[in-house]
Amino acid sequence: MSYSALFFQLVQNVLVLLAAPLLLGWINQCRAWLQNRSGAGMLQPYRNLIKLFHKDAVLAHNASPLFRATPYILFACMWLAAALVPVLATDLPLSPAVDVIALVGIFALARVFIALAAMDIGTAFGSLGARREMLVGFLAEPALLMVLFTASTISQSTSLITIVETLAHKQFVLYPSMTFAAVAFFMVLLAENARVPVDNPSTHLELTMIHEAMILEYSARHLALVEWASALKLLAYMTIGIALFAPWGIAEGGNWNALPFAVVLLILKLTIAGAGLAFVETMSAKMRIFRVPEFMGTAFLLAVLGLLTHFLLET
Amino acid sequence: MFDQFGMLPIDVVLGVVVFWLVLGMAGLALQNSRLIAQFIFPLSAIGSLVLAGAALAGLGEVSTAILPLGLPDLPFHLRLDALSAFFILLLGAASIGIALFSAGYFRRMVAAELSLLCLEYHIFLASMALVFLADDAYMFMVAWESMALSSYFLVTTDHNQPDVRRAGFLYLLIAHVGAIAILMSFGVMQSGHGDYTFSAMRHTHLSDFWASIAFLLALFGFGAKAGILPMHAWLPEAHPAAPSPVSAMMSGIMLKTAIYGILRVSLDLLDTQLWWWGAFALALGLITALFGVIFAAVQVDMKRLLAYSSIENIGIILVGIGLTLIFHAFHKEALAALALTATLYHALNHAFMKSLLFLGTGSILHATGERHLGKFGGLIHKMPKLAILMLVGILAMAGLPPLNGFVSEWLLLQAFLLSPGLPHPYLNMLVPVAAAALALAAALAGFVMVKFYGVIFLGQPRDTTLAHAHDAGLWERIGMICMVIGCIALGIFPAFVILHLDFVTEMLVHHSLGSSAAQTGWLLLTPIQAERASYGPLVLLLIIGGGSLITVLLVKKLYHGRLRRGPAWDCGFPAQTARMQDTAEGFGQPIRQIFEWFMDVVRQVPSPFDLHPHYHGETHDRLWNLFYVPIKRVNEIIGNQVGKLQHGRIHMYLLYSFLTLLALLAFIQ
Repeated sequence: MSYSALFFQLVQNVLVLLAAPLLLGWINQCRAWLQNRSGAGMLQPYRNLIKLFHKDAVLAHNASPLFRATPYILFACMWLAAALVPVLATDLPLSPAVDVIALVGIFALARVFIALAAMDIGTAFGSLGARREMLVGFLAEPALLMVLFTASTISQSTSLITIVETLAHKQFVLYPSMTFAAVAFFMVLLAENARVPVDNPSTHLELTMIHEAMILEYSARHLALVEWASALKLLAYMTIGIALFAPWGIAEGGNWNALPFAVVLLILKLTIAGAGLAFVETMSAKMRIFRVPEFMGTAFLLAVLGLLTHFLLET
Repeated sequence: MFDQFGMLPIDVVLGVVVFWLVLGMAGLALQNSRLIAQFIFPLSAIGSLVLAGAALAGLGEVSTAILPLGLPDLPFHLRLDALSAFFILLLGAASIGIALFSAGYFRRMVAAELSLLCLEYHIFLASMALVFLADDAYMFMVAWESMALSSYFLVTTDHNQPDVRRAGFLYLLIAHVGAIAILMSFGVMQSGHGDYTFSAMRHTHLSDFWASIAFLLALFGFGAKAGILPMHAWLPEAHPAAPSPVSAMMSGIMLKTAIYGILRVSLDLLDTQLWWWGAFALALGLITALFGVIFAAVQVDMKRLLAYSSIENIGIILVGIGLTLIFHAFHKEALAALALTATLYHALNHAFMKSLLFLGTGSILHATGERHLGKFGGLIHKMPKLAILMLVGILAMAGLPPLNGFVSEWLLLQAFLLSPGLPHPYLNMLVPVAAAALALAAALAGFVMVKFYGVIFLGQPRDTTLAHAHDAGLWERIGMICMVIGCIALGIFPAFVILHLDFVTEMLVHHSLGSSAAQTGWLLLTPIQAERASYGPLVLLLIIGGGSLITVLLVKKLYHGRLRRGPAWDCGFPAQTARMQDTAEGFGQPIRQIFEWFMDVVRQVPSPFDLHPHYHGETHDRLWNLFYVPIKRVNEIIGNQVGKLQHGRIHMYLLYSFLTLLALLAFIQ
């Protein structure tokens, strides 16, 4: 493990932590523009976080230690996930410990904890949210896994770094398998990050809410960490998408010369992706909750189809 | 380890078996429940510990013994090779915790019942050890049947209840149907030589047809014990009926005897392996896994839920066996070793995590007297220590890193990912679909475990009686802590565990992961090459744990730690009651809705004008009506016809004997 690799890892850890709310702010701002509002500005998520951290936390009388511990575990999981995805450079010392399957495992760990915390207080909304989150999760998780499997069979590895390096070296050819995988991945991204049409991130009282229903009982610093973790999760998903479907321009190994270019390119990619997400969200209406399993089932089938296509046509 | 005493590992194993039998007898003689619970059971745990040690030492060497018992020309042959040593290790390691738990659990049982139970318990343990040791078909069947019978008596401990008797009978019936198939499989494998020792079977070459017959019979016979579809019906009946430590032992250990049997027959006793055996086992395993987990999601009885979850895990293990057979048949030994390692790893994991959960249900049952999930809620406040132990159990069971359930699923998925390259085009198509189905089952396991833990431990108590619940006792906790340590250790040090599994893969598929698995040290698990795949659970644990701690400290330091307690907000809705939470039925409702075509759902929805509405819903297994009931009908018809021969008049029976004699004479002529 070289010092430069360690440096890259540290920089990335700090960078994702600071950049995640900005990405959320950018998406919200884009949504505001698309809806003909002026919006609160891209820095609003930071202001929200600071406000929440300053407040006194209020806990329900019957909140257990699990409820208090969950925001921290959630935050650590998402931070780790976001820090693992090679976005700027492919020389990350943490990466060998966590391959793509383990990455999906970390997301699942976070999901299980937040669902348990939601059931802890014993309110109607909490357990309803937990049930729905697990429902979305049980189809989203294998779909994500299949998307990642398609990429790993192409690159003969489940290590994210090898996948990115292999895919970045391929010429731009439209792989049928990766096309299926990209569509499936986008659907999973929408569902897992509580975006329209599956869930609405800006709701607080809606009978069809999922993620917001789970975190209703959190306040102050706990809520701040949960929100920050959500932002980190969104960033992690976005960067996984970029790494799988648009990896060009990444600084391979610890190439310092390629780094400035990689930074500019990454910002550009995230800007476009964020605007695209806002556009899709604005253009679509929220689904009935009963339709969500169909939506997720479609994503799962598309992902399997992608993998099957790869096995049949591309090997 | 035992060499300095001039003892072979097999002698130590036999010694423990005798020790267990003596303990069982002593229990029968003692007739004092406190003494039996707190004296015999801890001694039994020490026996388990010694057994595990002997098995660990026995992994690397083969030792045999012949006991002067059994048939005149067929004494009991015993053999301790890597495969049996691995399963004896599983038996020893998992039964330590169960025995210690039992020391607390059975403390208040009626003395007469407990001394019988103690005897059956130890015969059960000893016969399982002998199943793994047996080296001839006769010895195997004797041990297998004593295991089935002793466990039948254990299941029917509460034989005053008709449900328990019914469950026990169903179990005994299916166990015997399975035993007949196993016996016939051995009959095929000895191929007319009349030599029933396993070493003779190893040297017999069967034609593809007869080898397939032997394999299918063994799969059916052992599958009946393991709960592979469609022979699963006894599991959800017998597990809730049995006392919790017995359920733990049956689910955690006894199901693995069937896995042992399948591995022993298919990879050791039969000298040819056909690829379609593997494909068949793979498909059967996937169906079993999905079936188990979907039904687990809609259960409302906590032990039935765990029983269905066991069916799922057996399915996953069978998937691993199927993959191993496919790879082995195509001479891809490195891949076969990987798939077999995943299989064995999952069997070991399941022994620990499922026993832990079953033991936990025992403590809950003692504390509340209730098995129905709809009566629980908020037990984390009444039983905080149990809640922590069970949290580890459900996280492991849900296959989450960095615990053990994840390691074996990770290995299995790696084996799937390496499959392209099989020379068979159809198999190449099957593989991604199978991987997807496995991933789906694994993800659903998360749903099931959140339901299990959330409904029992979290939320508000749904029943007033829960106010008197007490935490698990000291012995019970010690037993469960043993299991928790197993779950964590297997999760954190996979490279170290795989080094020991290598003896088994080396024996069965003549290849091992050892050289590559630990090439980058014990910190990282790299089953093939570091570039292809690697997983470092300790790093993961340290980062998530460390990250959480740093966050806690930073938030406290930079801001404040002020905290107020207040009533739950719930969107400002004022009148909160415990009945507004999801019930077990409610939590499983989405799964039931999605897979309704798959189940037999009976529902009574009250009319909207009903002043005292009462909702009632039941979910049944369609296979019961499709498979079991027709067989039962045919049996009844045959039985009625045969019954006509019985008149109760002695001269008619003499006539039958005379006619039979005549027929036989004619046949011999």
